[in-house]
Amino acid sequence: MKLNREKVEHIADLARLALSDEEKTLYQEQLSAILEYFERLQELDTGAIPPTATVLPLRNVMRNDEAKLPFPCEDILANAPAAEEGCFRVPAVLE
Amino acid sequence: MELCQLTIHEAHDQLATGAISALELTEAVLARILAIDNDVKAYLTLTPESALDQALAADARRAAGEDGPLLGIPLAIKDVLCTEGVPTTAGSRILENFAPPYDATAIARLKAAGAILLGKTNTDEFAMGSSTENSAFFTTRNPWDLTRVPGGSSGGSAAAIAAGECLGALGSDTGGSVRQPASLCGIVGLKPTYGRVSRYGLIAFASSLDQIGVLAQDVTDAGLLLEAIAGHDPCDSTSLDAPVPDYAAALTGDVEGVRVGVPQEYFIAGMQPEVEEAVRAAVNVLSDLGAEVREINLPHTDYALAVYYLIAPAEASANLARYDGVRYGLRVDGDGLIETYKATRGQGFGPEVKRRIMLGAYALSAGYYDAYYLKAQKARTLIKADFDSAFEQVDIVVAPATPTTAFPIGEKVDDPLQMYLGDVFTLSMNLAGICGLSLPCGFDDAGLPIGLQVMGPPLGEETALRVAHAYEQATEWHRQRAVL
Repeated sequence: MKLNREKVEHIADLARLALSDEEKTLYQEQLSAILEYFERLQELDTGAIPPTATVLPLRNVMRNDEAKLPFPCEDILANAPAAEEGCFRVPAVLE
Repeated sequence: MELCQLTIHEAHDQLATGAISALELTEAVLARILAIDNDVKAYLTLTPESALDQALAADARRAAGEDGPLLGIPLAIKDVLCTEGVPTTAGSRILENFAPPYDATAIARLKAAGAILLGKTNTDEFAMGSSTENSAFFTTRNPWDLTRVPGGSSGGSAAAIAAGECLGALGSDTGGSVRQPASLCGIVGLKPTYGRVSRYGLIAFASSLDQIGVLAQDVTDAGLLLEAIAGHDPCDSTSLDAPVPDYAAALTGDVEGVRVGVPQEYFIAGMQPEVEEAVRAAVNVLSDLGAEVREINLPHTDYALAVYYLIAPAEASANLARYDGVRYGLRVDGDGLIETYKATRGQGFGPEVKRRIMLGAYALSAGYYDAYYLKAQKARTLIKADFDSAFEQVDIVVAPATPTTAFPIGEKVDDPLQMYLGDVFTLSMNLAGICGLSLPCGFDDAGLPIGLQVMGPPLGEETALRVAHAYEQATEWHRQRAVL
């Protein structure tokens, strides 16, 4: 599977990654080689095989809906790149 | 023997008799760190003042009549585990200034047991790598040869133990990140069964594969560390609600009649001949001790690498979506919110993390999901079935931990596929969710350590530790120390 540059740019866009031209070229080559290695999986007949998403026998683990004290607001905002009036400050989303 | 070279159980014995104090022990280990960490570069963050305070507190607890295997024992923590108020970077620029407001459950349990936390150890960025060369900060060096990698991603923890810069450590293992560096640094590294240890507070890489593991100088210590951190935690709904055994009690030295399987698929063309020789010799030792050795097959082993490098990056691409420059970590302003996300992530993540996010996003994207991600999940079922069927025939599977000993820094850094191929013997265990460990089983001609991998079925840690311990008692490899 050879990736073209448009595909690399599309994936980077999906993943919200700004890439330089050099990075695009590098990832185009490297990811193509890795995807080529993955082709061996197509040898496997998995028609009747169910997928494994987790090895655990657990399903829908429930817990009691009990209120507990949250972290103090200032502790959480201490790690924020920008905060104002007890909120995270972000660039405007709406015009 | 110098204090910093003691195993956890040896140090405990001396603490218990009053021969040494936790303060003396901690001071000795901190002095060792100051003397050699400029060369080894195992630690990203050191917390000496807090360590000395914890040592005094441990001595006070002991003076008040308390005892415990980890009370007063200085440990190191891989920098992917959240430690309250102490920087937790995951080896990434994007979390360079992040100090979590809480402790991971494993950390809280170590603190409750009276262990002393010395600091945070280096890791490949977000635990993605096999050498620590993907750390955004620096590369850790192998104490056996400073020009070589310590393995990864828990390379800082492994090197710290091998260099006497801590008595034991925590790491995390998604595809071998505890066992592979343990093998390359000549120590013991245990990956527990998926769900055995709570992942609460472990910075997520691939959630269906991640498991916190322990690194130690010998098998007894590995059991003590695991016992302290294992067990159900309401904060992690995937943690197993199974009782935690007394692992030390499992170390009977008796392997008479234990059925040991040797998988043909783990002896491949291209592996270092000395590794194969050392592992085959180790199998003979187990046989001499009374184990019943038989050859087995794990027929889908050859597909594990492809399966892993689809599933792990796919899960990573989702997990790492949280690094958006809003709530914590780096923010690089762009023109509007979307451009801010892109600039933040483009600058904040290093090359391997971006490569894996791209790979994962691609495998999950419309038109490719069935051919890659779903196909990999189906093949994962086959790999797990291989182990299910093997553990109907045998109690334990033994194999090499890595195809080669420690490689030179820089050798594989430009060829990601070659780097990935070094994980070929460790990935399957995470895909199958089973437990296992690596322990020293020899040295190559250059004097570099070789690791034996001992794998057990889900929640088979007692048997794996018992077999590993019996081997360890019959050999002297674990007593050899890197000279620095």
